[in-house]
Amino acid sequence: MRLEFRNIHKTFGQVHANNDVSFVVEAGTIHGLLGENGAGKSTLVKMLTGFISRDSGEILFDDKPVLIRTPVDGIRQGVGMLHQDPLDFPALTVLENFRAMAGGRWYTAADLRKLAAEFNFDLDPEEQAGNLTVGERQQIELLRLLALGVRTLVLDEPTTGISAHQKDQLFAAMRTLAGQGKSVIFVSHKLEDVEEVCDYATVMRRGGVVGSLPVAKGDDTLAARLVDMMFGRELALPSKPLTTTPTPALVLEDVVLEDERLSIHVPKFIAPCGEVIGLAGLEGSGQRLFILACAGVQAPSRGQIHLRAVNLTHKPYAAYQDAGVCYVPADRMREGLVPGLTIQEHVALRDGSGEFFLNTTAMQQGAERAIAEYKIRGTPTSFVERLSGGNQQRTQLALMPPDLKLILMEHPTRGLDIDSTIWIWKLLIDRCAQGATIMFASSDLDEIVQYSDRVLVFSGGQVSEPISTQGLTADRLGEMIGGKF
Amino acid sequence: MNTTELISLLAIAVAAAAPIVIAAIGETITERVGVINLSADGVILLAGLGGFVAAQTTKNVWIGFVAAAIVGSLVALVVAFGAITLKQSQTAIGFVLALLCTDLSSFLGAPFVLTDAPRVPSWPLPLLSDIPYLGPILFHADAVVYFTYLLIGVSWFYFYKTRPGLLLRSVGEQPSAAFARGVPVIATRYLYTIVGGALVGIAGAAFTLDIKAGWTFRHVAGYGWIALSLVIFGGWNPLKVALGAYLFGITQSLLGKAQSVVTLIPSQVFPILPFVFMILVLMVSSGDLVDRMARLFPLGVRRALLRTLRATPPNSLGKPFEQD
Ligand SMILES: Nc1ncnc2c1ncn2[C@@H]1O[C@H](COP(=O)(O)OP(=O)(O)OP(=O)(O)O)[C@@H](O)[C@H]1O
Ligand SMILES: [Mg+2]
Repeated sequence: MRLEFRNIHKTFGQVHANNDVSFVVEAGTIHGLLGENGAGKSTLVKMLTGFISRDSGEILFDDKPVLIRTPVDGIRQGVGMLHQDPLDFPALTVLENFRAMAGGRWYTAADLRKLAAEFNFDLDPEEQAGNLTVGERQQIELLRLLALGVRTLVLDEPTTGISAHQKDQLFAAMRTLAGQGKSVIFVSHKLEDVEEVCDYATVMRRGGVVGSLPVAKGDDTLAARLVDMMFGRELALPSKPLTTTPTPALVLEDVVLEDERLSIHVPKFIAPCGEVIGLAGLEGSGQRLFILACAGVQAPSRGQIHLRAVNLTHKPYAAYQDAGVCYVPADRMREGLVPGLTIQEHVALRDGSGEFFLNTTAMQQGAERAIAEYKIRGTPTSFVERLSGGNQQRTQLALMPPDLKLILMEHPTRGLDIDSTIWIWKLLIDRCAQGATIMFASSDLDEIVQYSDRVLVFSGGQVSEPISTQGLTADRLGEMIGGKF
Repeated sequence: MNTTELISLLAIAVAAAAPIVIAAIGETITERVGVINLSADGVILLAGLGGFVAAQTTKNVWIGFVAAAIVGSLVALVVAFGAITLKQSQTAIGFVLALLCTDLSSFLGAPFVLTDAPRVPSWPLPLLSDIPYLGPILFHADAVVYFTYLLIGVSWFYFYKTRPGLLLRSVGEQPSAAFARGVPVIATRYLYTIVGGALVGIAGAAFTLDIKAGWTFRHVAGYGWIALSLVIFGGWNPLKVALGAYLFGITQSLLGKAQSVVTLIPSQVFPILPFVFMILVLMVSSGDLVDRMARLFPLGVRRALLRTLRATPPNSLGKPFEQD
């Protein structure tokens, strides 16, 4: 179905999030939507589904203007959207999440299992969705939309939580849909993905459209042109200098970690100061458990955890914080930030040192520094839930206290545009130079290979020995995740 | 105490708990959709009075129940309008209405104090009431008590086995996600707030036309608050809420018995003992004690155990919803 946006406007208070947006998505094509953080991509696609209402402008399907004011209208027009941050029900089970919608069939657990198997998704229908990783929650939503049989599919950064192989499955499904004459809008910051799967790409910047162009396979200049349209300049990847300090920072000894789903055993693991350790593996293979244990959020059922020769085993989370541990969770709106508080109030929470009165000036200055350094599109008094996805992530990273010994991150650059990804990694590498140890989980294998010194591969309840990234390629790593150590 | 005495005591406890169960399940429905209706205590009185007067005037006890349901829904409509449409504090609205309805019932009910109205007739169920022990306890009662059993089963089934029930819960959990999936959040919240209010109203009539038949000033004050706390104790699950209500009823009647035997302890202590018991239950079900206990069990059992014991409130309870 041919889809056209015509002169769309949307303002949130002072912010002109969409300013005269017009472009066409041809029937039977996959259309990439790119742009820096806060460019207005999510706003635009949310208006297409009716999730938010537009101020003015028209949406046309097959050249006929349609009225879309609420999601009910959007669903009637056959629009389905995977939201950037999981828009689901953590307290309900996987099956209930899959079923909860006003229309459509009443699916059974068998339907869900069958569909999940097609994509090699490992989802237990009876599990509570809140226990799953962000990526797995996106998987449920994806299956639901595909089962629903939408005519226009919108995917707002869908590839964060899925493995390379699952991504191939997803891309194949997208191509099938396009082959049936349906249109797909693919919002992404990953140029490789856009090049691989899209037929056209439209770039947005500061609420407006910069331009659209066809994506030809094997066009070497495309990436550079897109980057230029998005940021107006060239970008270069920073590289991580090899760590040589042998001083051990984090030491795990004979640790057993358990949650409701799995149990993993780490006989011995040492992470030296200044090292970056990547945690690779399918979503939900224990990376989160490992990070939560090192962060002091979830105590191991057995074993010892030491940081810089201080025994932290079974100590409360506060002791870990005092020891210089910082944890940056993937579900930023539920675990990382407090919706309803502003950026400067978050700064006050971080710096709060037992004073009774809030120091408004200090709060504001702290927030302004964070906003400048991390280029957050917002003001000290912006509510965090009102920021764009990427800007929420920047805020979360900007709130990391100085002088950390151990930084634990899940999908550290989830939702960040290329420019900020590079910027953030520069800052992280600086932290390493000052002696911090970083451990991060990511489903982006390129990111893991690019920035880690060593990698731990999680697979089927097992953790590999640390693997050096010297000479390791993302493809080889992908194979290991599949179980071929 | 011999067996016959015990059976009659339990039968009385089960019947006495009926209105509390009805009110608590009504409130469970309201809270599951994300709205707190704190007016229950006043509504039980006002609807109880309304039902009493309607039954007295029409000489038909069932018309009394209909009238009580209408009174309950009307008050719920006020709460819904203030909470959902005007987005005002749900606690404040409910609380004020609770006080207002109580006083209104005293004022309007003055002419009816100690008058007579028809009562719900006793109706032992054939066959079922012949079951040894259980029969006389559960099935030697009346329509209100049987309605309670039905309500428990139906509401549980509706919540966990039907699509509208799932959508009801989804609106209480994450209204924005439900909205994105085509659920009319506002209408759903109105609907179940009113249904819940109607049930609380029916509970009022169940008191004045059956369990504590008659009318006096502040006739059954206090039971509304008990019903509200039972919703929390029961973890917003109709089965557990009902179980809590019955335990409450039984401990209360047992203690009433004990009070006349044990003279050492001041009699004021007995009525509050069920509450102490419930606070203990709450501590167990909502703290991380459950998590710690569960860790002693193998992975497979753990999930089932956690699901039965853990009680978390609907995520968006008391929060208004708005489209951007
Ligand atoms: N509900 C809201 N209230 C106020 N401002 C908002 C709201 N939603 C978005 N904005 C603002 O609108 C602008 C565009 O946001 P949008 O989420 O569309 O960006 P985006 O292109 O999706 O960025 P990202 O890549 O970071 O996800 C941002 O400046 C954001 O702060
Ligand atoms: Mg976005």
